[in-house]
Amino acid sequence: MATVELKNVSFTYNKSMKNAKKALDDISFRIEGGITGLIGHTGSGKSTLVQLLNGLLKPDSGTVLIDGTDIWKEPKKIRDVRFKVGLVMQYPEHQLFADTVREDIGFGPKNMGLSKEEIKKRVEESARFAGLDPEVLDKSPFDLSGGQKRRVALSGVLAMDPEVLILDEPAAGLDPAGRREILGGIKKFSREKGTCVIIVSHSMEDMALYCDDLIVMANAKILMHRPCAEVFSEAELLSSVGLDVPQITKIARLMQKAGADIGLDVYTVDYAVDKILELERTKH
Amino acid sequence: MRSDITFGQYIEGDSLFHRFDARIKIITSILFIVTIFLAKSLTAFALIFVSITVFVIMTRIPVRMMIKAMKPLLFIIIFTALINILWFKGDTLLVQFWIISIYLEGIFNAGIIIFRIIVLIIATSVFLTYTTTPLALTDALESLLKPLKLIHVPVHEFAMMMTIALRFIPTLIDETRKIINAQTARGADFSSGGLIKRAKAMIPILIPLFVSAFRRADELAVAMECRCYTGGEGRTKMNVPKTNAKDWIFFGVIILIGAAVVLLNIFLPVYTFSI
Ligand SMILES: Nc1ncnc2c1ncn2[C@@H]1O[C@H](COP(=O)(O)OP(=O)(O)O)[C@@H](O)[C@H]1O
Ligand SMILES: [Mg+2]
Repeated sequence: MATVELKNVSFTYNKSMKNAKKALDDISFRIEGGITGLIGHTGSGKSTLVQLLNGLLKPDSGTVLIDGTDIWKEPKKIRDVRFKVGLVMQYPEHQLFADTVREDIGFGPKNMGLSKEEIKKRVEESARFAGLDPEVLDKSPFDLSGGQKRRVALSGVLAMDPEVLILDEPAAGLDPAGRREILGGIKKFSREKGTCVIIVSHSMEDMALYCDDLIVMANAKILMHRPCAEVFSEAELLSSVGLDVPQITKIARLMQKAGADIGLDVYTVDYAVDKILELERTKH
Repeated sequence: MRSDITFGQYIEGDSLFHRFDARIKIITSILFIVTIFLAKSLTAFALIFVSITVFVIMTRIPVRMMIKAMKPLLFIIIFTALINILWFKGDTLLVQFWIISIYLEGIFNAGIIIFRIIVLIIATSVFLTYTTTPLALTDALESLLKPLKLIHVPVHEFAMMMTIALRFIPTLIDETRKIINAQTARGADFSSGGLIKRAKAMIPILIPLFVSAFRRADELAVAMECRCYTGGEGRTKMNVPKTNAKDWIFFGVIILIGAAVVLLNIFLPVYTFSI
């Protein structure tokens, strides 16, 4: 399992400007495998953080460790870090460029210097994970729908088979079915390949469904780094930084107030149903 | 959101220069530049030096920023100065070796040319770029060029195109950075290989950039049509620019400086230059 570790990382954009404000302030955390969600209000520094993880940005101070090695130890080899840590940026569908979907997905593997057969294999495999039909592969990416373009861009990173996969708001602006398919595909990819995944999102519902742990960011700092259930039981703290809990957690809170206690760590509907049935049984 | 590539040079402020009407600033800057080139006598140069110093102080923009404005033109400044020193033939020979002969007059001339270029840069910064937003400039140009409408020059349309272009430059810079980041994350390499390889490496950046520029143009066109934009006919402005006393006083001051420079050339000539 890959590990991702940040030690006292700070970062400021436009340092030369007088009123420059820290985008990340003394961030430290450690992730070992699994799917970690990164949540926070707009401007809290999520996108900045993920760009530090694959060396697109360099920390002003502190170290970024992937599998225990400082990624900036040998700045010349930063490209290898990028193959190891795949990053799907926000709205990745705006970055497609090739004549065919196949070629676009194969861009990363080609840069890695893989053989033709290996590239073909990876393109087809990653397209499957992203939920793309095989016949789409030979079309122009510009003829596809928005949701399909998003999948092509996602496949482009999956095809590099990274040890750490980072997705910046992968489901933003998609319909519920599209969200489920994309996030489901990522979860499946992670489980099959043993990839360590970090998902940035606004949607508490999505986070509750797909993540194991959550990192909550507020004002350039980390507020919490704990398992989903524990994070969502802190509704007051979350709302104090402009975040919300999933709808079902809100219902659980209301139920507790009304005298039907199913606990505050409820964050998926299925779990809530179990708890309610259990409560029913104990009553009778 | 601004990146470290700053576009336009506008520096926020509240000085007199920031508040002058942009049309007045355009006209006075042209007049002042003409004045710079009218100056021949050292007394005239002294007057220009004093006025530009006062203007810079009035804007309250740090001198550091003025020096920054000169950086891109440093090469031209040095180059013109060298040409003048090396090629000018005068009476007082200072140095002569090989095919090079340097005259005292050449050095004086070079000094004057450097002075003129520097004052020119500072004047345009103080009058225009540092104290006027690009949008105010376009508006002012549109207003100044209005008479051209009589000979069917589409002044409003040009101004609108300028405004839109200016509006989208930061957006496109931002977009370019995002695309570069995205392709770098996929292992694209822009800095190694020969010329052809590097040119090819630009394709994954240029194509998405063009696609996005056209997409934005399309969206903007639809949005403008939805708000019934049909061009300049019958269109009024939300902020109608008005000149008031301070603008005309400033205009008068610039005219006076111009007149004084001409008079100093004639009546107080001290070491008059022919260029
Ligand atoms: N390219 C940039 N240049 C300058 N400031 C930036 C840039 N990108 C982000 N910022 C600033 O850094 C802070 C964190 O932004 P970001 O990491 O994008 O937050 P999030 O992704 O959580 O919305 C914000 O205050 C934002 O304005
Ligand atoms: Mg973001």
